[in-house]
Amino acid sequence: MTATTKVIRKPQRTMADQSYVIELVKGLGVTLKHFFKGTRQMVTGTTPDLEKHPYADGIATVQYPEEKRPYAQRWRGVHRLTHRDDGSPRCVACLCCSTACPAQCIYIKPAEYAEGDKRRGYERYPEEFVIDELRCIFCGFCVEACPCDAIRMDTGYHMTALDDRASFIYDKAQLMSHVGQDGTQKSANPRHEPGDPTHPGVTRLHGGH
Amino acid sequence: MFWIQAFVKIALIVGVLVNMAAILLWVERKQSAMMQDRIGPNRAAIVVGSVRIRAAGLIHSIADGIKMIWKEDWEPTGGDKLLYRLAPIIALVPALCLFAVIPFGPTLHVAHLRDLWSPEWATETTGTVIPMRIATLDVGLLYVFAVAGAGVIGAALAGWSSNNKFSLLGGLRASSQMVSYEVAMGLSLVGSFMIYQSVQPGDMVNWQMQHCWGIFVQPLAFILFATSAIAETKRVPFDVPEGESEVVAGYFTEYAGLKFGMFASGELVEVCTSSALLVVVFLGGWQLPFVQNTGLEFHYLGIDVSWHWAHIVVVLVGLLTFIVKVLVLVFLQLQIRWTLPRFRYDQIMMLGWKILLPLALLNVLLTGFGILFFNGLPTPGAMTP
Repeated sequence: MTATTKVIRKPQRTMADQSYVIELVKGLGVTLKHFFKGTRQMVTGTTPDLEKHPYADGIATVQYPEEKRPYAQRWRGVHRLTHRDDGSPRCVACLCCSTACPAQCIYIKPAEYAEGDKRRGYERYPEEFVIDELRCIFCGFCVEACPCDAIRMDTGYHMTALDDRASFIYDKAQLMSHVGQDGTQKSANPRHEPGDPTHPGVTRLHGGH
Repeated sequence: MFWIQAFVKIALIVGVLVNMAAILLWVERKQSAMMQDRIGPNRAAIVVGSVRIRAAGLIHSIADGIKMIWKEDWEPTGGDKLLYRLAPIIALVPALCLFAVIPFGPTLHVAHLRDLWSPEWATETTGTVIPMRIATLDVGLLYVFAVAGAGVIGAALAGWSSNNKFSLLGGLRASSQMVSYEVAMGLSLVGSFMIYQSVQPGDMVNWQMQHCWGIFVQPLAFILFATSAIAETKRVPFDVPEGESEVVAGYFTEYAGLKFGMFASGELVEVCTSSALLVVVFLGGWQLPFVQNTGLEFHYLGIDVSWHWAHIVVVLVGLLTFIVKVLVLVFLQLQIRWTLPRFRYDQIMMLGWKILLPLALLNVLLTGFGILFFNGLPTPGAMTP
């Protein structure tokens, strides 16, 4: 039995290829074309807009600190606590987020509203709301768990690099100072305060427990 | 007077060349960025109040200079200290010295500056004469070869004295490559010497002014000389002496700060000088087509234009022409550097010894036959006055 051999020939190169001069000129043509195109784009300021034409040819650099590409709507950045109309946090201290948190980085100290407050007996408020951003894994479960749309991760902030670990423990005031990508500190979802006509009027005191 | 002239011209040329190295650094970065669809360096800024002057990245060259001056001047232990310090000087100085014989403009006759509209200056040589070159040597381009040959010593010494295997390898590669290509480089110009019947760059420009540009009578030599000149600069298609992926940084691996800067700027100065040599020998030097010593002269195709220029205009046009030609060639060299990948070591040796050298010899032969055939100097161009 004879072994079958397959002879593979090297690609034949012509004299023109071998001389290298013509190919060199072709290559110079390619780079020159790109050079003039890039220079024209830079001088006239017509570099392609990557948001509108993500696959366009040309200089695609974004000058980062001056130009920023917007993050996707659902990008999870640093947390914020949304505000009510009166500026207090929407959070009702139900502890859903800290329960859902797989990293256990949320600490909430709930407190009752003062006697006579119209919200007393209806909901509580967080006396302290602390997130250890170094423990946070940015999974977004807290946002999913929140029944009041009180905690969101739509700030568009990166986690900043800071010198000490204590600076990464964000307290309530810090979290409430963050602004969403829409520029407001509120939530687009409506909230029904006690006394509003849309409020269902059910309080904890109505319950059987 | 002669010494003052010489010193002024030396200061001018050295100043221009050293600054050209810094500017070419910027050109190289920006040019490569443009052709690779990048922006290139543009962050370094001089802050004046609230204004940040970025000058399209030119500040980076200044920043590089400052960085090189202030970096720690580290020296390898166990190396030869004297040779180690000598090597960057030997690498940079010959590159600067090459320009000494290159004529960069028409001769300036001071006496003719007063009578602005006198066209009959060319024959008269009374009064102070300022030739636009540092030295008028009888040996001409042979001096260039001699000095360019000294450049290899810098690379070899740097590789030897660094006490580093990679440096030694780089130095070896540099010396073998430069020695190989100097042979082809020298031989490729022999044809030009035969046609110009001189080794003086000034005579070459005058011949090209009277007949035609050297590239038309010596096209093969132009390609050969350009190739070997690029190889002599040790830049990218021929950069095995400093090939990053093979020998770290080659012969200047162990150099830091200003000593490294001298190697780097020496390379860029070599780009300038080799371009200037190409311009002088093949592209007519400071000569513009149809421009004679008296002004524009066009007497072909039934058109007779005779436009006399003042002497100072002729000189300035000549200077400008030379600068523009050199810049175009420098641009082309940088373009080649960013277009071609690095050749393999054996390919470089094969190209030098088996292709360029025989072709250069063939060029000498063909030129000899050509001169014999035309029984004198060939004048294929249409520029015979």
